[in-house]
Amino acid sequence: MTDSISEHVSRAQVSPADPAGDGALVAPAPAVGHRPRRGIGWRARLEIAVMTGPALAVFLTFVVFPVVMAAYYGFYRWHGYGEPTDFVGLKNYVTILQDGTFVDALKHNAFVVVLSIVLQGPAAVLLALLLNRKMRGQSIIRVLIFVPYVISEVVVGTGWSLLLQSQGAFNDVLQNFGLGHFTQDWLANPSLAIWTLMGILTWKYIGFAVILFLAGLQGIPNELTEAAAIDGASYWQIQRRITLPLLAPTLRIWAFLSIIGALQLFDLVYIIWGQYVASTAGTSTMVTYMVVNGRNAGSYGFGNAVAVVLFVISLVVALIYQRFVLRRDTDGAITGGRV
Amino acid sequence: MAAVTAEAPVVVRPSARVKWGSPTAYFISLLLIGVMMTPVVYIILGGFRTNSQITVDPAGFPHPWHLGNYIDILKGTVFWREVLNSTIAAGATTAGVVALGMMTSFVLARYQFRGRGAMYALFASGLMFPLTVAITPLYIMVKDLGLMNSLPGVILPQIGFGLPTTIIILVPFLRAIPDELQEAAAIDGCSRLGFFWRMVLPLSLPGVITVGILTFIGSWNSYLLPLFLLNDQDSFTLPLGVQAFSSQYSVDTAKVLAFTSLSMLPALLFFSLFERRIIGGLTGAVKG
Repeated sequence: MTDSISEHVSRAQVSPADPAGDGALVAPAPAVGHRPRRGIGWRARLEIAVMTGPALAVFLTFVVFPVVMAAYYGFYRWHGYGEPTDFVGLKNYVTILQDGTFVDALKHNAFVVVLSIVLQGPAAVLLALLLNRKMRGQSIIRVLIFVPYVISEVVVGTGWSLLLQSQGAFNDVLQNFGLGHFTQDWLANPSLAIWTLMGILTWKYIGFAVILFLAGLQGIPNELTEAAAIDGASYWQIQRRITLPLLAPTLRIWAFLSIIGALQLFDLVYIIWGQYVASTAGTSTMVTYMVVNGRNAGSYGFGNAVAVVLFVISLVVALIYQRFVLRRDTDGAITGGRV
Repeated sequence: MAAVTAEAPVVVRPSARVKWGSPTAYFISLLLIGVMMTPVVYIILGGFRTNSQITVDPAGFPHPWHLGNYIDILKGTVFWREVLNSTIAAGATTAGVVALGMMTSFVLARYQFRGRGAMYALFASGLMFPLTVAITPLYIMVKDLGLMNSLPGVILPQIGFGLPTTIIILVPFLRAIPDELQEAAAIDGCSRLGFFWRMVLPLSLPGVITVGILTFIGSWNSYLLPLFLLNDQDSFTLPLGVQAFSSQYSVDTAKVLAFTSLSMLPALLFFSLFERRIIGGLTGAVKG
C-alpha cells in the first residue's frame, strides 16, 4: 500500500508534463476532441457516472460523512440516543486537554512514534542490507520475517500476553538460563510496560519495514555499487555513501506510515492491557482513551471530540512532516493529491 | 507496477563480489528467524499441551502430545461459525474494494473530464481519515441503518476505507497501459468499455491481485470496526472470537492457545499461497 504513495508521487509529477499520455481516449471516442477538457459526449459522461458512482456513494456515506459528523457531535454532550440536543460548545475539548489521563496517553503515543523510528528504522535498514546479500534461503527468510505482520493483532496480543505473564514462558526461559534475576512482570510494571509494548510492536511491524527497504534496495542499480567497489570503496563506505542516500525516499515514506500508525495505535494495547489497565500500566494511547471514555462510558459526544483532537494532531503532524521531510518526494501527494 | 517492472532491466541482486562475513549473515538470519517465529511456534505447540504441563513448565515442549484442545474446538460450532463470518466479511470486502476501486481508477486514469483532479484528491484525502476518527459516528450510523450485528454493517465501511489506497495504487497502474494499445483496440472496433473488459482487466491483474490480497488480510484481521458493530456472538468474526474465547476460558490456557493458533492458520495459509504476490507486489510498487 505504502509504496503507492511514492509511486503516485512520481506519477503526479510526470503527468502535467505529459498531457498526451493522459489524453487516452482520443481515438475511440470521436466526441472527445484533441484537446482534453472540451465538451465530452453524453456517453462518456454516462460511463463516468456509472463507473464512479458506486465508489463515490460508499466513500461519501461511510468515510466522509462520519468524519464530518464526528466534528458535529463533538460539540454536544450526548449519549447516543436520538438527536444530540445538549450543546456544550468547546467544553468537551477543554475537558480532554485538561485531563491528565489524556495527556499521559498522548505522551505514550509520542514515545511510540519516536522510538519506532529510532529503533525500528536502523534495525530494519541493517536487516535489509543483510538480506540483500546473496545467500541461500533468502526467499524463505523474507517470508518468515513477514509472518508476524500478517497475523492479526488479536492473535499477537493474546499470544504475547500469555508468553509474558509473570509465570509465563518468557520468564521461565530466563530462569532456565540462569538469568532468574532478570525476570520481571513485563506487562504490569508501569516503568516497563511501554517498553514491552515497543518490543511487541517492533516484532510485529519490522518485517514490513524490511520488505519495503529490500524493495527499495533492489531499485538501486548495481553499476553504482560496482563502480564504487572498483574505485576501492569498502563495503560500509558503499552502503553509507551510495545505498543509504538512494534509499532515502523509501525511508521517508516508511517513517511517515510508521508515525501515522503509531498515532492511531489501538488494537494491541486494548487486547493486551484491556480497558482498565492500560492507563495504570502506562500504555494507554489516544485511541484507547477515546474508546474507554467515549463508547464504553456511553459518552458519544465526548468520544467524538477525542476523535477530532486525534485527527487534528495526526493532520498537523502529517502536514509538518510533508512540509519539511517529504517535500522532495511527494510534492503535495497527501494534501493536494493532483492527478 | 508489473507493467512498469517488466520494462525495467532485471536487477540482479547486488554484488556477489562482496564476500564479507558470510557466516555472520547466516548467524544473524537464524537469530532473526528464531525471534520472529518463536512466539508463533509457542502458540501452536501450546495448544498441544495440557494445562498442567503449561503450569509446571511454561516453556516446555508438549510431552506427551495432547490433541484434545484442537479436537474440541474443531468439533464445536463456534470456531467454524466465526471462520465463516470472517470469510464472508473479508471476501465481500475484497470483491467490493476491487470492483469499485477498479472502475473508479479506470475513469480517473483514462478519461478526461472536469473535476477529475478533485475526485482524485477526494479519494486520496481518505488516507488522512483513519477509521479510528470515524468509528463513533459510524457506529451511530450503522445502528440507525439497522445493520448492527450484521456483516454488511462491517463490509460497507470497510469497502469505503479500502478505496483510497486501492485507487492510489491502481491509477498509475492503469495509466501505464500504453495508449497505442487502446488505439489499436479502437481501430479493431473495440469500445471504451470493451477495452476496459478485454484489455485493462487482464493487463492489470497483478495490481488487482496485490490490492485484493492486502484488502483480504486487512479485513480478516480487522478488530476495531467489528468490536464496535458486532455485539452478538453469532455475528462475531475470528478476532472477536479469539478475544471472547480467551476471556471466557481464561483459566484454560492450553485451549486458548489452541483456539488462537487455529484462528491464525487461515491467514497464514492465505499468505503462504500468495506470498510471492504480496512481497512482489510491494517490491514492484516501490520500484515503479
